[in-house]
Formats: sequence, C-alpha cells, structure tokens
Amino acid sequence: MTLPLHSTALVPALALTFAVASLPALAANECASGKTLVDGKLTIATGNPAYFPWVIDNAPESGKGFEPAVAYAVADKMGFAREDVVWVRTSFDESIQPGPKDFDVNMQQYSITADRDKTVDFSAPYYTSAMAVLTTKPVVEKGAKPTLESLKKLQWGAHATTTAVPMLAQLVGPESDPLLYNDNADVTAAIQAGQIDAALFDLPTALYLSAVVVNDGLLLGQFPADRSTNPDQFGMLMEEGNPLKACLDDAIKALTEDGTLANLEATWLAETTGVPVIK
Amino acid sequence: MADTVSGLTRRQAFERKLRRRSLLLAALSTFAVLAAIILLVPLTPGWERVKQSFFNWDVVVRSFPKLLDAFMLDVAIFAWSVPLIAMLGLAIALARDVRDPVLYPLRMFAALYTDIFRGVPVVLVVYLIGFGIPGLGLTRPFNSPYIWGTVALVLTYAAYVAEIFRSGIESIHQSQRSAALSLGLSKADVMRDVVLPQAIRRVIPAQMNILIALQKDVALLSFIGPVEIFRQAGVFKSLLANFTPYVVAAAIFLVVTIPATRLADHLIAKQNRARS
Repeated sequence: MTLPLHSTALVPALALTFAVASLPALAANECASGKTLVDGKLTIATGNPAYFPWVIDNAPESGKGFEPAVAYAVADKMGFAREDVVWVRTSFDESIQPGPKDFDVNMQQYSITADRDKTVDFSAPYYTSAMAVLTTKPVVEKGAKPTLESLKKLQWGAHATTTAVPMLAQLVGPESDPLLYNDNADVTAAIQAGQIDAALFDLPTALYLSAVVVNDGLLLGQFPADRSTNPDQFGMLMEEGNPLKACLDDAIKALTEDGTLANLEATWLAETTGVPVIK
Repeated sequence: MADTVSGLTRRQAFERKLRRRSLLLAALSTFAVLAAIILLVPLTPGWERVKQSFFNWDVVVRSFPKLLDAFMLDVAIFAWSVPLIAMLGLAIALARDVRDPVLYPLRMFAALYTDIFRGVPVVLVVYLIGFGIPGLGLTRPFNSPYIWGTVALVLTYAAYVAEIFRSGIESIHQSQRSAALSLGLSKADVMRDVVLPQAIRRVIPAQMNILIALQKDVALLSFIGPVEIFRQAGVFKSLLANFTPYVVAAAIFLVVTIPATRLADHLIAKQNRARS
C-alpha cells in the first residue's frame, strides 16, 4: 500500500490517539473529558529539577512529596486513574510564554498574583505558605535577631523569579538592595560564600535548605501566612482560558473541604513547629 | 561649456538622476517589506497573545523607570572595568612580545592565559569566580559579587584585548625597531616611544568592538547576585508573567550600543581611507 507522504506521518499519531482515547476516556469523569491535552490523560508539569520537600527525589511519578500527592488526589477527583497522569518538565518561562502548552496544568509552587493572572489562569489555592528567613549560625552569632529592626540591617538575597522578591520589600524593607539569583542552589551558594546574610523562602523550602543543604544553616524566624497583605498561596497554573479550570477548582474545593489537603500537608510538610514567629 | 542644467555638467546631472532612482527604489522596497510585516504578522493566529506578552504598553510604563535605574549599574560596572581591562590586556600583550630567552616563562604564561580565557565562556568564568573565590572564606567586603564579577569580566576581556594589542604591535615593521635600536634607544624605549603609539592607534577600531561586546556582557553579572537591568527585567517578567520588560531592556541597550557601533564603523572606515 502506498500512502501520500503526509499521511504516513499521521498514521502512527492517529493510532496512538485512538489507543489512548479508547480505554481511559470512559473512566475520566464528565467535566474533564475532551478538555485535556491528550484525551483521557492529565498532563501535569513540574520544575526541572523539582525540589524537596515539594517533590521527593525529583520523581513526581512516585507520588511522593506534597505536590505529587496533591496532583494524584486532584486527578482522582477529576476521574483520572493513577496511570493516566503524565508528568512533564517545564521552566517558569515555558509556562508563561504565548502559544500552545505541552501541559494541562503546571504545579511548582506558583504563587497566585493578580498580575500573573492576566497572562495565565490559576486554580483555587492548594496551599498557603508562611515565609521563613533562612540564615546561618555565624550570622546569628554576630547578633541577627528575629525582629524587624535587626532584619532590616542584613544583606538579603532571594530567588529572582519568585514572589519572595516583592515580599521581602513588603515584609522587611531591607536597608541595602537584595541580591537576586537564578535558583535556590545559587542562593544557598551565596549564603555559603558569605555574600548574603539571609534569604526569604516559603517555610517548607526553608526548612529543607537549613537542615540539609546549607552548612550551619538555621531558620531565624517565620512570617505567618496572614502577615502579608496577600498571603502566599500556591495554585496550579494553566494556559489562559483553559476550560479545565472549573473542573480543577471543584476538585480542589472538595479536597479542601473533606480535609484531604490538610492531611497531605501534615504528611509531607509537617515540622512547622519550633520556628519563632517574627512580630 | 553651455550644456548645463542649473549649473551641472551632463555627467553630474546623469549621476544625480541615477542616485535619485536608486534612492526611490530603496525606499519602495523598504516600504514594501515593512508593509508586508505590519500587515501579515497581525494575521497570524498567535499575534494577539504575542502582543500581550511581548509588547504590552502597560508593562512598559510600569517597568521602564526601574529598568533604566538598573541600567545605571551596568554602566558603572562597564566604566570601572574598562581601564582595568586595558591595563591588563596591554600587560599580557607585552608579555607575549618579550624576546629575551630568560623571560620565556612569562611569554608562555601570556600565551596560556589568552588560550584559557578566550576558550571558556564568559558566563562560566563569572559563575566560577563569582561564587568560587568568595567561598574560600573571604569576609565582607572582599567577597562582594561586584568585585569578583568584575574580576571575571576583566580576566576574560583582557585576553581578547591582549590579542588585539599584539596584532597591533606585530603590525609595526621590524625595520622600525631595528632603526630605533641603532639610534641607541633601549628596548623599553623602543616599545614605549616607537612601537606602542603606532600600534595602539591602529587597533582602536577593533578595540571599540570589544567595548561594545563588554557593554552587553556586563549583564552576565546578574548570575551572581547584582540586580542590573537583565535581572530587573527577569524580576518583572516573573511578577507580571510577561516578557515585555525584556524588550524594554533590549531597547535601552540599543540606545547605548547603536551609537557606539556606528562610531566603531566610522573609525574603521576612516582608517581604511587613510591606508588606501
């Protein structure tokens, strides 16, 4: 049999689509069907690498870590079986650039803000975070205290593409300009090199960095989530106008109401005690 | 002669007509290309989204003042790097020119230096020196990212500048050195009074190009902490989920680099005319 050139390329793609569509499409519940990138599958993006404690061992497929656990719970509520969840990796820029996306939802501690909402859509929040101050023993020995007055005098750093940057200005208002870095690894390198005294992270990330990554690292204190005028709430990110949003919001709402999210938070993001609250 | 139209010879009149014709054709074809871009691009299905993400006037207004402010940091880093680069570059070039056999190690060092720093991407040098050396345990202010970022730029660019100086030095004919030596000047005098003045003048246009490249690469210091224009644009990008601040930053760079490139071109053209 001969085929025109273009259709030879089409055949495997069609075959794949049919194979994928025929079985799980029945399983997916009504509200999500036909609205996902690949029918019957829910494609979820995360960071590359994805950081502890949000994702354990950079392996979201295992379902270990708060975000994969939430992802599988949400998928389950939306009628997707565990094997119908497909993970892909993206950068922040890929998630906001115009044009078609290669994910249905993107989940990597995206803070929901009104400005971002103009370009992309956010689901209902699945987590509300306190912000914590990561520093080191030598800095504390030199006299840094968990008071605003003392914090203002420190040399600050932050991960540049996060909302920690405006929050730092809003919560602390440091005297010297903060230094900004490409990712958490660079921020910790700068702390280790003594180039910055302290950095602002969401509490779970800060706990992990202080305990595991930074030598002599410790948490000076935390700002409770309700301290900032806009609490730092994490949402799943979608392409603007994604029809999946209503369905996703319902799922998250249901999981919030039945206590599942609180349980997952307790399982994966516990350990919030013992960090002094900054007044 | 009498066959003049408004004071021009026939040949001048003909050349003027030719010139006008080519100007008209150039204008028409430019217009056609621009019209095609302006009319066709908005017809693409993604144009509205791209316009929103890259050419958003509201975002321009919100980000411009802070971006301009951050650009001053680029200018400052550039300003204090240039003299250091010129000095180190010249020193390396001179080290490569030493002919005394005893000083061969110096010559070898200079060659090795240019090989290494021309061979490693600038961003890697910035990253390794910017985080690595302060990590050895230096205390403030000697671990400042501004200091070590500048050191990284100076080390890298001095290698290029040295090579250009060397080509200038080698372009001065051996006979001049021999003549000067035979007049009783010392080797150092020959270099300082005879070779370098000519060599430096010859390589100015080439060095201008290096300066333009440096002006842009200053942005690489953002990798190790300083919030200069590229980083500031990145912060706006993530806060507003919009790429327009990068377009604004690019425009601010162009305002500085286009006059500089034009000046470099002008210098090169002048030099070529002087030679021919």
